[in-house]
Amino acid sequence: MARLSNDNVELAREIIGNYPRPKSALIPLLHLAQEQDGHLTDEAMAHIGELVGVSSAEVLGTASFYEMFKMETVGRYMVNICTNISCQLRGGEELLAHAEKTLGIRPGQTTSDGLFTLEDVECIAACTEAPCLQVNYRYEHRISNEGFDQLVDDLRAGRRSDIPSHGVLAEVRQHIPEDRRAGVVTPEDKAAPVWIAAAGEGVK
Amino acid sequence: MAESEVTPVDGVAVEINGVEVIAHKGELLIDAAERTGTYIPRFCYHERMKPVGMCRMCLVEVDTGRGPALQPSCMIECTPGMKADTESAVTKKAQDGILEFLLANHPLDCPVCDKGGECPLQDQTMAYGPGESRFVEEKRHKEKPIPISDLVLLDRERCILCDRCTRFAKEVAGDPLIHFIHRGNNTEVNTFPDEPFASYFSGNTVQICPVGALTASTYRFKARPWDLETTESTCQTCSVGCRISIDSSRDQVQRFAGVDIDPVNWGWLCDKGRFSSQVVTSDARLSEPLVRDGSGLVAAKWSDALGRFASALDNASSAQSIGVIGGSRLTNEDAYAWSKLFKGVLATDNVDAQLGDGLPAHVVLGLPSATIDEVCAPGGTVLLLGPDVKEELPVLFLRLRHAVVEDRVTIVEVSPRSSGITSLAAASVHPRPGETADVVAALVGSSVMDREIAGVSAEELEQARGALSASTGPITVVLGRASLAESASITVAAASAILNARPDTTFLSALRRSNVRGALDMGLAPGLLPGRVTLEDGAEWYSEVWPATPSTTGLDTEGILRAAADGRIDVLVLLGADPLSDFPDADLAERGLTGARTVLAVDTALNSSSRRADVVLAAAGFAEKTGTTTNIEGRVSTLSHRVTPPGTSRADWMLAAEVSSRLGTDLGFENFADVLSEISAVAPAYLALDQAIAEGSPDGILLPLDVVVIIDEDDDDIVIVDETVTVSEDGAEVDVTADVVTEETDGDDVEGLIEIISDDSDVAGGLPPFVQFTPIAAIVSPPVDSYGFRLVASRKLYDQGTLVQSAPSLAPLAPGSTVSLNPWEFDRLGVASGGRAIVRTAKASVNVTVQSDPGVPRGVAAMVVNQADGRVSDLVSADELVAEVRIETAP
Repeated sequence: MARLSNDNVELAREIIGNYPRPKSALIPLLHLAQEQDGHLTDEAMAHIGELVGVSSAEVLGTASFYEMFKMETVGRYMVNICTNISCQLRGGEELLAHAEKTLGIRPGQTTSDGLFTLEDVECIAACTEAPCLQVNYRYEHRISNEGFDQLVDDLRAGRRSDIPSHGVLAEVRQHIPEDRRAGVVTPEDKAAPVWIAAAGEGVK
Repeated sequence: MAESEVTPVDGVAVEINGVEVIAHKGELLIDAAERTGTYIPRFCYHERMKPVGMCRMCLVEVDTGRGPALQPSCMIECTPGMKADTESAVTKKAQDGILEFLLANHPLDCPVCDKGGECPLQDQTMAYGPGESRFVEEKRHKEKPIPISDLVLLDRERCILCDRCTRFAKEVAGDPLIHFIHRGNNTEVNTFPDEPFASYFSGNTVQICPVGALTASTYRFKARPWDLETTESTCQTCSVGCRISIDSSRDQVQRFAGVDIDPVNWGWLCDKGRFSSQVVTSDARLSEPLVRDGSGLVAAKWSDALGRFASALDNASSAQSIGVIGGSRLTNEDAYAWSKLFKGVLATDNVDAQLGDGLPAHVVLGLPSATIDEVCAPGGTVLLLGPDVKEELPVLFLRLRHAVVEDRVTIVEVSPRSSGITSLAAASVHPRPGETADVVAALVGSSVMDREIAGVSAEELEQARGALSASTGPITVVLGRASLAESASITVAAASAILNARPDTTFLSALRRSNVRGALDMGLAPGLLPGRVTLEDGAEWYSEVWPATPSTTGLDTEGILRAAADGRIDVLVLLGADPLSDFPDADLAERGLTGARTVLAVDTALNSSSRRADVVLAAAGFAEKTGTTTNIEGRVSTLSHRVTPPGTSRADWMLAAEVSSRLGTDLGFENFADVLSEISAVAPAYLALDQAIAEGSPDGILLPLDVVVIIDEDDDDIVIVDETVTVSEDGAEVDVTADVVTEETDGDDVEGLIEIISDDSDVAGGLPPFVQFTPIAAIVSPPVDSYGFRLVASRKLYDQGTLVQSAPSLAPLAPGSTVSLNPWEFDRLGVASGGRAIVRTAKASVNVTVQSDPGVPRGVAAMVVNQADGRVSDLVSADELVAEVRIETAP
């Protein structure tokens, strides 16, 4: 729970190798750190800075730009309930109120057992399935109060193996074979795109 | 800044407010407008940084043929036929709107804000703003102020997010430790938690902040801008010679700020320079002379102190028994006055402004010289053979960094350990201390490297050699002392090798002490007389203008201290010097100071050496006297008198004149101008300086000037015709100047020698020639002790020196004594990072904290000079080529 683990450093180096410049791997590495700890620790951000060759302040500047990177401890399950227009018309606010009561927390807070963090969010692009919510960015559609309680019970009882803990983007990691990587050639070393030459001819 | 004259041929014709002006090719509209007299308001744009178009204040209506539209003038280059209207109704409305938005969250606490009165936001709101706001909502509130470093505080409520400080940190300083954090309405500038903005250049962000968001801890609530009196001067913290403005209020120096001059500092300062404003007002300053009686140093009357000072000199058994150390604190005029007293009246040549930590004077003054601009010229190749410029000459580091990052300059570094510039260098080799010259000789040679030299592998050598030989033109060398544990002769041998292999090479000497170059120019070095001439060549010339000249070449600081230790020095004079702290061999300094019969000191504050003096004269310091100073390039710029010196302290040249008159010789100086005009008439490299200063020269004056000198052989009068006349050495053109001569000399028939003094002319006859570099042969380095470590003693910006310690804001920043070792050495020694170790030489040992540093090569122990808790100068012997140490775990 601090800097990246040795396994993750290994993984980080592989990810960095996918890009022409180490700095480009910043966001994937932030995801990696969030997967490791559930949120971004200062130590992990400083470590990422060392790995990609930028200052910790620059890492923080990038990470803090994005809502989905959490700088503070959050629950194992991040519950995002939509209260934007479609969901609102279909009972999103009532669902949020119900969720607050069920979990005993206000939006932005985490339950004392460290399992749930509640957030009210703007449109999550599932208006046809309103009211909807996300648990760790996995959708639950047309959800009723009872459905929400059931979801919480299932999560508490560990019956939702399809929802990994917060920070895990995908359960299968993509590995790019060595010979398929773009990272070996820096943009400066690459020949100009063909269309530039073509455009030049066109001018003539 | 760009010149205001541009020819239409290479320029671009644009129309600004209906008037056609010619812009440079590629010039930004905002610059072209300002240069031709139309100021466009701005916050984020800064002429020394890249534009970002962040604040939108510089929106103007621009028509490039597609109809007028609002565009940020800092982001568009002038194109032919472009029409800009900076005063149209649309522009005005945009300016109104932008300011209204910028002020939506600005606290408007101008009455209690330090920036109030000199605030671009305040001024431009008055000039271009709406006058009223339609925002009634609650403003943003944040904790304030928060310290982002030891010296700088941040008020996030006042911040308008212009990106100037963050851009400076990343683009200019290369320390991106502050950054925009969060997004949208929550955006703020901040550091990473617990990682302060610990940049040597942090103070610049305070200066360029267009609002009161960044304030310096040294100036907060100290003065209001309308109470300040401002004078331009030159920073004396190191010898780069940054132009500064001194702000004072109630006769107290309040702050320094950078002034933008093209050839040197571009408006930037390092924090040591900027916050050394506190030194002027330090409690440690001497306000009256001190003399030693039974109980120690006590305040005395000037007549007593000067009397004792003079009689000590008068009673010295011979000229050779007087030794003078120091002088880099002085102005050129002070240095000349002391030089005239000691060399011209007392005829001693045991005078040295350097404390064994610099380079011999013939190296500094005699090598073909390069200016900072020449070193940083686009596309050039620079060999760095000297100290860590970031630690010793920080603004030169900024210039070099810009040269590498923006101007494709190649840097090859040869240093005993990695430095602040290593990451920017195309190649960086770290030879074993003591063998630097061998590596340098190989790098400038033409043979391909196939073996390791001095611990540097053949591949590394070949990479560095390749980078140097890829240079199409002559290379420049930044030459100095990388380590005080390595003899200066190694640096001299390296310079000799370079000059031998590449005779067209030019050098910039990286000496650190404030006016050390000026002191050498004024003859404060053994074997030298004022104006960059040797004692041998100049004795005859000076015998005409001085009462006496030294008969033999004298001793340098090491020699003086040795002679004193042997009891051969009756009077040791310390001109602002502290050999006990600054001489690389502390033991020799101690013996020298003890052995001297009488010690006389002249200083602005007491230091560990002058505490041992018999008489201490209180001297006026920086900002307290008029003068000139000479920077590392040989550029003379002015120093201004802004505040009254403390108590009865006075300028050094006055003290020299007083002492001289007590010795029965009138130096002939009644005011500052007398000294300057004598220098300008007598010192060969400084001829006509007073004329050039009178003409005004904001960028300083690079010496020597091209002057025509006429020496009337009948009465030895020197007539300097005109420093602006450029004459070739061919006879016909000399006639042209002869007309001028006739005018200047009031119709006298000028019979005599006509000489052209310039960098490249061959000076012969009456005027002595400039000092020449004397090359030395390669030095055989001692064999390597495989159990020991070679010692590297380098400097950090902040140390235990009087200057840093007199500034309360800087004093705590000195890092303390450590020994840095390559992490690979730890197991073999059984030491741990953070633990204590004993570093031992034959004569002494010190107990210091161990630091792991992969930038230190194996077999090297790197220590920092003049830090608390373990002095490296205890370990160094002045007579050894390189210091060899053993390291063991402290019990």
